[in-house]
Amino acid sequence: MLFRPFVRPGTAPVLTLNSPRRYPERTVGNYFGLALGPASHSEVTIMTTATDTPQDLTAEQEQFDRLIAEDSRIEPRDWMPGAYRKTLTRQISQHAHSEIIGMQPEANWITRAPSLKRKAILMAKVQDEAGHGLYLYSAAETLGTTRDSMMADLIAGKARYSSIFNYPARTWADMGAIGWLVDGAAIANQVPLCRASYGPYGRAMVRICKEESFHQRQGFEILLELATGTEAQKKMAQDAVNRWYAPSLMMFGPPDEDSPNSQQSMAWNIKRFSNDELRSRFVGMIVEQIKTLGLTLPDDQINYNEATQRWEHGPLDWNEFKEVLAGRGPCNAQRLERRREAHDDGAWVREAAAAYAAKQAAKRSEMKEAA
Amino acid sequence: MSESNASATRITPGNALRPEDIAASDVKPSEAVGEYALRLGDDALILAQRLGWWISRAPELEEDVALGNIALDQIGHARSFLAYAGHAWGKTEDDLAYFRGEDEFRSCHLVEQPNGDFARTIARQLVISQYQFTLYARLMNSGDATLAAIAAKAVKEVDYHRDHARQWVLRLALGTEESRRRIIEGILLTWPYVGELFEDDELVTGLDGVAVRPSDLRPAFDTDIESLFAEAELEVPAVPFAVGGGRNGHHSEHLGYILAEMQVLAREHPGATW
Repeated sequence: MLFRPFVRPGTAPVLTLNSPRRYPERTVGNYFGLALGPASHSEVTIMTTATDTPQDLTAEQEQFDRLIAEDSRIEPRDWMPGAYRKTLTRQISQHAHSEIIGMQPEANWITRAPSLKRKAILMAKVQDEAGHGLYLYSAAETLGTTRDSMMADLIAGKARYSSIFNYPARTWADMGAIGWLVDGAAIANQVPLCRASYGPYGRAMVRICKEESFHQRQGFEILLELATGTEAQKKMAQDAVNRWYAPSLMMFGPPDEDSPNSQQSMAWNIKRFSNDELRSRFVGMIVEQIKTLGLTLPDDQINYNEATQRWEHGPLDWNEFKEVLAGRGPCNAQRLERRREAHDDGAWVREAAAAYAAKQAAKRSEMKEAA
Repeated sequence: MSESNASATRITPGNALRPEDIAASDVKPSEAVGEYALRLGDDALILAQRLGWWISRAPELEEDVALGNIALDQIGHARSFLAYAGHAWGKTEDDLAYFRGEDEFRSCHLVEQPNGDFARTIARQLVISQYQFTLYARLMNSGDATLAAIAAKAVKEVDYHRDHARQWVLRLALGTEESRRRIIEGILLTWPYVGELFEDDELVTGLDGVAVRPSDLRPAFDTDIESLFAEAELEVPAVPFAVGGGRNGHHSEHLGYILAEMQVLAREHPGATW
C-alpha cells in the first residue's frame, strides 16, 4: 500500500486482517508518508507464500488435505494447490471489486439525500464499502497478487464484479432496496464465508458481515419510512422493490446444475452451501420482512416446499443475467468508465505521494549517515 | 425514528452530544445567536456537500475513506449547528437545509468553490480546516453553552482534517513537478476567498463573549500557513481578495447549483419524512 488510510483511532477501517506475528516480512506503508515504511508499491514486500511446487508434493498435498478434512484454516504461508490459490484470488478480488464498483450507485445519491441524517448515514455506508474493498484487497494480496495488478485488471475490464451493480439506482427508494435486498443477499452469501478455509478471507468476512448487517437494517428502515409515508413515497418504494428483487436473487449465482465451479469450492471448504440453498434461505427471509413493510414482492410463486424444506420462487431470467455479465447491462460501461477515470485522474497524486515518501526516506538515511 | 440508527455521525467515542440531542433540547437561542449558528452550520453543510462528491472518485481508496470521513464530520457539525439555529425560529435542521432559498444561506464563498482536481480540493481543505480549527478552539469557551459544546466536539475532528490537509500540501508541493504545479495552481485559485473568512461585522461584534471575532483568528491562521508553506517551499500568493458577502446572503455563482442538487428531492415531496 502506498499510504495508510486517514483514520482516527478506533473508527474507520484499520487493516487488522493479518496478524504481524504470522507475517513479519510485510512492511506496511507509512503514515502520511512520514515514517516507517518503504517508498513505493514496488518496494513493498508482498508476503512471500510457500511455493506451489515443493519437492515433496505428496507430503504437502497430504498436509493440505488433512487441514481441509479437519476443517482447519489454511494460512498464507501454508502450501496450497495452485488451483486453490487461483480460485481464491479470483473470488476475493472479484469480491473486492464488487465493493468498489458497488460504491457508485449509492454515491450517486449522496448529494441528493433528502434529509441530513440520511445523507450522513449514506456517506458512512459508502465509506464502509471502500473499507471493505481495502480489507479484501489485503486478503487477496496474501495470496501473492498486488492490489495494483488487481485494480489494473478491473479497469481493463478483465476482472468481474457483482453484476447487480450494473443496474441503475434511479430513485431514493433504491437506497432502501439496495440496502435491504442487495446487502441482504450479500450477507446471506457472506456469513458462511466467515468460515471459509482460507484464514485471511474468513477473518475479513467477519468484520464485513457486521457492517453489512447494519447496512441491511438501514436499507430496510429507508423502505419502512417510505412505505409508511406519502402515496408518492410508497409508490417509489414498491417500484424499487420490483426492480431489485430478481437481480438480488440472481446474486447467488446460477442454479446449482449450472454452476460447475461450486463443487470444487465446496470440497475446499471455501463455499459451504450451494447457490440454490442460499437463494432459498434468502427468499424465506425477505418473504417475512416484506410483510412488515406492507409492500409486495413481484413474484406470486413464492412457496415453502415441505418435502425439500426449501423456499421456492418464480422463474428468473437467466438470459438477462448472462447479458449483464457479458457487459450488456444498463450501466456496465458507465461503472467501469467512472472507476477508470478516478484511477487515471488520481495517478499524479499517487506518484506524488510515492515521490515524496522516497525523498523523505533518502533524507532520513542522509541524516543517519551524517550522524 | 429510533435512536439506534441515528448514530452515523457519532464517531468520536466519549462524545455524546448529537444533533438529535440538540434538536430535542429546549434551549432557545436568540435570533442573533441563531444567525451566527447558521453561518457555522452552512459552512460545514456546503463543504460536506462538495466533499461528498469525492466518495468513489478519490485518487486512492484510502482517500475515498479519508475525504468521506471529513465530509461526514462536517455533516455532523452542520446538523448540530443548524438544529440549534432552528430553535430560534421553530425550524428543524432539514427545514433549514432543504427549504431555504439561496439568499437565506450564510455560507462563505470559499466552501462554495468547485472541487477542481485533488490539489484544489486540498488547498480549499487547508484553508477551511485551519480556519475552523482555530475558530472552534476558541468557540469552546463561548458563553453560549450549546455552541461551546458543539465546538468542543468539532475541534477534535477538525484537528484531523487540518493534519490531513497539511500532510497533503507537503506531499503535493514536494512530490513531483506536476503535483507541485497543481498545488500552486490550487492555492492560487483558493486564495481570493481567504479574506472573507476573517471579516468582522455587526452581528459578531454584537455577540461579544458568545461569537468568535473572525479578525481575531487571522494571526494564528497566518502563522500556521507560513510555517507550513516554509516547509513546503511555497509562497502565500499575492492575489487580491474577492468581495465576499456570503454572510449576508450574497453568494458565488456556484451555490445555486449546489442547492439545486441538494434540495431537489426534498422539495419534490414537501412535508414528507425520510
